Amino acid sequence: MARITRRSFVATVGSAGMVPAAALLAAGAPAVAPPPTSHAPGNSADSPGNAGSAQTVYLFFSAAEAVFIEAACERLIPADESGPGALGAGVPNYLDKQLGGAWGAGERLYRSGPWQPGTPSQGYQLPFTPAELFHTSLRAILRNLDAQHSPFAGMSAENQDAYLESLESGAHDLDGVPSAVFFDVLLKMTVEGFFSDPVYGGNRDMIAWRMIGFPGAYADYFETVDRHGVKFEREPMSLAQDGKGHVHMRPDIPAAP
Amino acid sequence: MQRLKEVDVVVLGLGMVGSMVAKELAAAGYKVVGLERGEARFTVPEFQSPAIHDELRFAVRKALMQDNTREPVTFRNHASEVALPIRRWESFLPGTGLGGSMVHWNGQTYRFQANDFQLATRTRERYGKRFLDPDLTIQDWGVTYEDLEPHFDRFEYLLGTSGKASNIKGQRQPGGDPHESPRSRDYPTPPQKELHQGALFRKAASSLGYNPFPQPSSNLSQPYTNPEGMKLNACVFCGFCERFACEHFAKSTPQTVILPVLLANPNFELRTGCQVQRINLDSARKHATGVTYIDAVGREFEQPASLVITSMFALNNVRMLLLSGIGTPYDPVSGRGVVGRNYTYQTVSSAAAYFDQDVIVNPFMASGASGTVINDFAGDNFDHGGLGFIGGAYIGAVNSGGRPILYHPVPPNTPAWGKRWKQAVIKHYNHTIIIGVHGSSIAHRGNHLDLDPTYRDAWGQPLLRMTFDFPQNDLKMSAYLTAKAAEIGKAMGAKEVAGSPREGPYTTQQYQSTHNTGGTVMGDNPRTSVVNRYSQSWDVSNVFVIGASNYPQNASWNPTGTLGALTYWTIDALKNKYLKNPGPLVSA
Repeated sequence: MARITRRSFVATVGSAGMVPAAALLAAGAPAVAPPPTSHAPGNSADSPGNAGSAQTVYLFFSAAEAVFIEAACERLIPADESGPGALGAGVPNYLDKQLGGAWGAGERLYRSGPWQPGTPSQGYQLPFTPAELFHTSLRAILRNLDAQHSPFAGMSAENQDAYLESLESGAHDLDGVPSAVFFDVLLKMTVEGFFSDPVYGGNRDMIAWRMIGFPGAYADYFETVDRHGVKFEREPMSLAQDGKGHVHMRPDIPAAP
Repeated sequence: MQRLKEVDVVVLGLGMVGSMVAKELAAAGYKVVGLERGEARFTVPEFQSPAIHDELRFAVRKALMQDNTREPVTFRNHASEVALPIRRWESFLPGTGLGGSMVHWNGQTYRFQANDFQLATRTRERYGKRFLDPDLTIQDWGVTYEDLEPHFDRFEYLLGTSGKASNIKGQRQPGGDPHESPRSRDYPTPPQKELHQGALFRKAASSLGYNPFPQPSSNLSQPYTNPEGMKLNACVFCGFCERFACEHFAKSTPQTVILPVLLANPNFELRTGCQVQRINLDSARKHATGVTYIDAVGREFEQPASLVITSMFALNNVRMLLLSGIGTPYDPVSGRGVVGRNYTYQTVSSAAAYFDQDVIVNPFMASGASGTVINDFAGDNFDHGGLGFIGGAYIGAVNSGGRPILYHPVPPNTPAWGKRWKQAVIKHYNHTIIIGVHGSSIAHRGNHLDLDPTYRDAWGQPLLRMTFDFPQNDLKMSAYLTAKAAEIGKAMGAKEVAGSPREGPYTTQQYQSTHNTGGTVMGDNPRTSVVNRYSQSWDVSNVFVIGASNYPQNASWNPTGTLGALTYWTIDALKNKYLKNPGPLVSA
């Protein structure tokens, strides 16, 4: 196989019928992710209206819940030298729209009783929908933190991590929800919001895809798949990108802003 | 309830098996009604991009799968536990809707080997009577590889499968799997392009003395027109295969290889949104009179038919017989009864190989079946004497996509979240190769399916109850072969290799495989099988059950190729034997 430089690789890709990245940029596609936000990790959730969450109109979370969720998500996937974290990617917005919509209401969850605790092999056996699980857990978390006069968003990053680890290890009973169950769902949904298509309200400007080099919905590699070891460099593509590269929210998600 | 006009044949489930049977019988002049519980759907418009390339909707939220809010399965590891509903699918993903589970399959199209169909006999012959734990209830199929070979061939040519033969009627060919049983001719299309992962695996496996070959793929390497006149395209390695439908007409599915031909036949009528409640029997319970179903708006119908074909996903075939009272349910305490007996699965594990930054693999470039694998440790291709287990696995670099919600490999001891997790994800995403170990599943007397005493579906019928844990035999197999996979990973030049052998107990909470097999097993003895060698019920001769539920135990390979062969074999028996003279094809 002839050795292919990165430049010739991109040129070949362009000739294979794809829209070259430069054309997308010229047409107004979002450029690379904005630099990491200037606020220090751990302080990013002081006000839900800061740069990280400017586009979020919370429909599901209360204001107090949103403050906690923003700060917690940002510890799960923090901003660092590699780029924004969960907050910069809009993950709290993703969580808010998912929990306020069909997923929160128990989409694809078998909800008939009788109810009893199962073995780990049997999986989730609580009657709560995801929406109920979050509201129930967050009510208990906020009440506990209030009683200790230690709001989560005001803690140091180290203390925030220690608190999240205590949830993860299952140390708390959150009004009937084992904290490990809540933490597991929070972490799973945070990762979903970080890496899912931006149409769902997270992964803003496809920043998470840019970090790892995932091209997104774009998906034709017939000409490149056997050019082994050559990095594929291309602007990622969202599901809802129009011809000008604009990303639109999906109209069939009722809770979309 | 409305009683409809009698038809010759009613087919339950319009996946690949049901589509094949309905097409052949309608073409032979029989009036056939197909009942499908899900919706009608086609490559255009339902499967088109970019909407189909949505990892959250299809891979994470499992949009193409059986509606578990209405129809889940209950589960327990052992009969001493209370089975509880699997409230979300994770470990296995049965599909629903027109085209069935093959709409979301990966296209890995293997043949089981001659040895697999006579596993009990061959194991006794090679290792002696006492080699096996007596609780392992393996048995022969009652049908042989030689019986099935013409039907394997026909199925591969229906799909257009891309691969390379190694053994054509005993003549050795270079480039394929040297362990394969004899084939009548080569694959219809050549292998797909090799991925970088596969090339590294191939070189390392060769250096260790193994025999790597390109995995047979029904994501086609080139355009193809099948014997039904259906045209398929070449796969473009989009990386959205398993759990997704194909927008390119490049993955062989009922929609791309046979359904349009079936739907054009006026002898066939498709009814979607129809949930079959039971197969109805006459008063002697020896003859089926048809089926009762409830349509999408809740109306109940009786559809009389002379012949009933049960061609649903394996688990649903078992449940349909149990709900209909066809055959004796299996009792694991006494060992008597057959329906639900010998439920088996697939014992899957992996070794993750982490490379330096200069090894770039672009994991998102993949078809569902563009792997490079070895069969040197599959089935009985190696000596098990002294190993204490039977069965094996194919081992290979079978990368089927790099969709990042579910695929972001990090080495062991990486935290599950936080800055170190994020940095590890970024560091390893494009420099990791997963070596899969796709292992067999041996039948055990405790593992079975029956009806749940408590939980019900949305129509008020008992759910299927699964009782399953990995037999020690299979855990030993997994430990032995996952170590082999890790050795290959090291030979590939990985900086770090982490082998994760399958360990018990079996959990429903981690995706492993949708290769649920057994429960209506075939055989030559009605005391140990539900159907005879022609997939015909021993108890009700005008009911034929076709599915991977007929496998007495599961082998080292993906089950679909063998199921296609079994389907054409059964169609041949229906057309040339049963329909000419209805009645039992084998005397009990």
